[in-house]
Amino acid sequence: MSGRVETSMAGGSTVVTRVVIYGLLLFFAAVFLTPLFVMLITSFKTLDEIRDGNMLSLPQNPTIAPWLSAWGTACIGLTCGGIKGYFANSIMMVVPAVAISTLLGSVNGYVLTKWRFPGHKVIFALMLFACFIPFQAVLIPVARVLGMVGLGNSIIGLILVHVVYGLGFTTLFFRNYYEAFPTELVRAAQIDGAGFFQIFRRILLPASGPIIIVTVIFQFTNIWNDFLFGSSFASGDGVPMTVALNNLVNTSTGVKEYNVDMAAAMIAALPTLLVYVVAGRYFVRGLMAGAVKG
Amino acid sequence: MAFLEIKGLIKRFGKLEVLKDIDLDLEQGGFLVLVGPSGCGKSTLLSAIAGLDTISAGEIWIDGEVVNDLRPSKRDIAMVFQSYALYPNMTVGENIAFGMEMRGVPKPERDAAVQRVAATLQIGHLLARRPSQLSGGQRQRVAMGRALVRDPRVFLFDEPLSNLDAKLRVDMRTEIKKLHQTTGKTIVYVTHDQIEAMTLATKIAVLKDGALQQVGTPAEVYNRPANLFVADFMGSPSMNLLAAEVVTRNGTPGLELLRANDDAIFLRLPPNLTQGAVQVGEKLIVGIRPEAITDPDGADRNSPLVEIVEAHVDVVEPAVSDTYVVTQASGKEVIARMRSDADVQPGQRIPFAFDLNKAVLFNPDTRQRIV
Repeated sequence: MSGRVETSMAGGSTVVTRVVIYGLLLFFAAVFLTPLFVMLITSFKTLDEIRDGNMLSLPQNPTIAPWLSAWGTACIGLTCGGIKGYFANSIMMVVPAVAISTLLGSVNGYVLTKWRFPGHKVIFALMLFACFIPFQAVLIPVARVLGMVGLGNSIIGLILVHVVYGLGFTTLFFRNYYEAFPTELVRAAQIDGAGFFQIFRRILLPASGPIIIVTVIFQFTNIWNDFLFGSSFASGDGVPMTVALNNLVNTSTGVKEYNVDMAAAMIAALPTLLVYVVAGRYFVRGLMAGAVKG
Repeated sequence: MAFLEIKGLIKRFGKLEVLKDIDLDLEQGGFLVLVGPSGCGKSTLLSAIAGLDTISAGEIWIDGEVVNDLRPSKRDIAMVFQSYALYPNMTVGENIAFGMEMRGVPKPERDAAVQRVAATLQIGHLLARRPSQLSGGQRQRVAMGRALVRDPRVFLFDEPLSNLDAKLRVDMRTEIKKLHQTTGKTIVYVTHDQIEAMTLATKIAVLKDGALQQVGTPAEVYNRPANLFVADFMGSPSMNLLAAEVVTRNGTPGLELLRANDDAIFLRLPPNLTQGAVQVGEKLIVGIRPEAITDPDGADRNSPLVEIVEAHVDVVEPAVSDTYVVTQASGKEVIARMRSDADVQPGQRIPFAFDLNKAVLFNPDTRQRIV
């Protein structure tokens, strides 16, 4: 008797809980997806339709002209070549910066877990500290240093800054991952006569897939989306995508072309979206692997 | 000079001494088993021999050469790890060949060596698989194959059987023994399992808290344990260690073991005891293996001194090939090993035959064996 009462009560509360949970999820999904939706439909509308119509209504005469304009002909500053050049700038900055910081982070993690030396904990703590330094705090010193070594206003300078800033995170990821990697494998390889880099390349790297994906997504997103370093240490035709997008949207001359702005913003966001869609599930899995085992 | 020699080896982690002045040697073709409870330093000692751990003081000699400063790969050793440590991203064949690859052995030669070892260990059909596709026993074989293919001066085994189930463990134990007999290689083997130690070793070294307790043949360590720790650690069920006092009864010196609710047990002194080794009134600990306490018919007829004592049976544990009978003396349980067909019931009062020829005496203060 009492058992049945408990069951029905539990059943009732389960339904309420479900409704609340799904209600909240739907609400927040709407909050986050509506702007994306508006951006997307606006980028396919003509300027007239934008002025007259409802913000949420679907385009009546869909056109890809705004996308073509944003990519190839929109005016940014004094040049009217669209954002394609700046997109290329970003790619040229992101790819080497991600590759170098990931590689260095993995070597750091390898040394900090499998070739421990006196003081390895202090070194690791200092590297972690780098994750918590706000960008703004180092702008002027970094500008000075870049100027002194002759890398001011260059893509290479930006790559250097992003690599240095990313090292703290990439080292953290790889250290925690390799902490759970069986040390006996390294010892077996030592007895087999493998050297420092041979062990790294032949034994550890092949087992590092998940954490490499995590690190690449993390670094790619951070560096691609960076605005502060890009606007501080580059100028003119050398600025990355994010800065160019800002210059395009904030232009004060002529008619404001919302559809072109939205198309440009979508183009700017596409690479990170793509990375998430392709490798997103590894991201969560890899993060958990590092967190739980480490 | 012995083939493998360890002289005055000390290993410290900070101020903590985990290996205390170890002196050991092993002749060529010998099988040395390092045995002891967990944390006794046996694996650290093995790592030191392998060169995977540095040592704080002392010398390690292999085949007349000091190897202290040689890297693991230059010591001409091979090691089998507890977790097998197979490279997960390589096939079985690549695992076995990895060491040769690192040493720059040409591919055809590598392949031939892998085939030869695979045939010996009957793992030829597994060569293309990855370690994750193998069972525990197969992984164990591959790990041994990786060591064998090297043809080293010394084999090192770090608790290689501890991850296997009971039956497989016995099979692999036999296999390792066979391997030793056919190859005649020098082996150092770490285990916490004293039965493994007994069956495999030509020489056993018992460690506790980083210090050597006793080094000797399995028979020596088993029959003449150097101290109470070794006596208790080696053997299953372990040796009966009973408090006793030296007394004289009817002019004969002997050992008196008190019993609750019963007369004291009187046992004449073991015959191998030299004159004057113990004094009347001295308190000591007598150690008797369960198999030296039997039913009178099962007692060793060649033993010069068997004492028959009537005692109350508390528990009877049939163990198929034997029956363990538990009684009590000196406030402790005494385990006797009788024939499986001995007709004994709990609650009975039966005669127990103590074979004192196999008894050992310990000083309770120093915990060392007397004589």
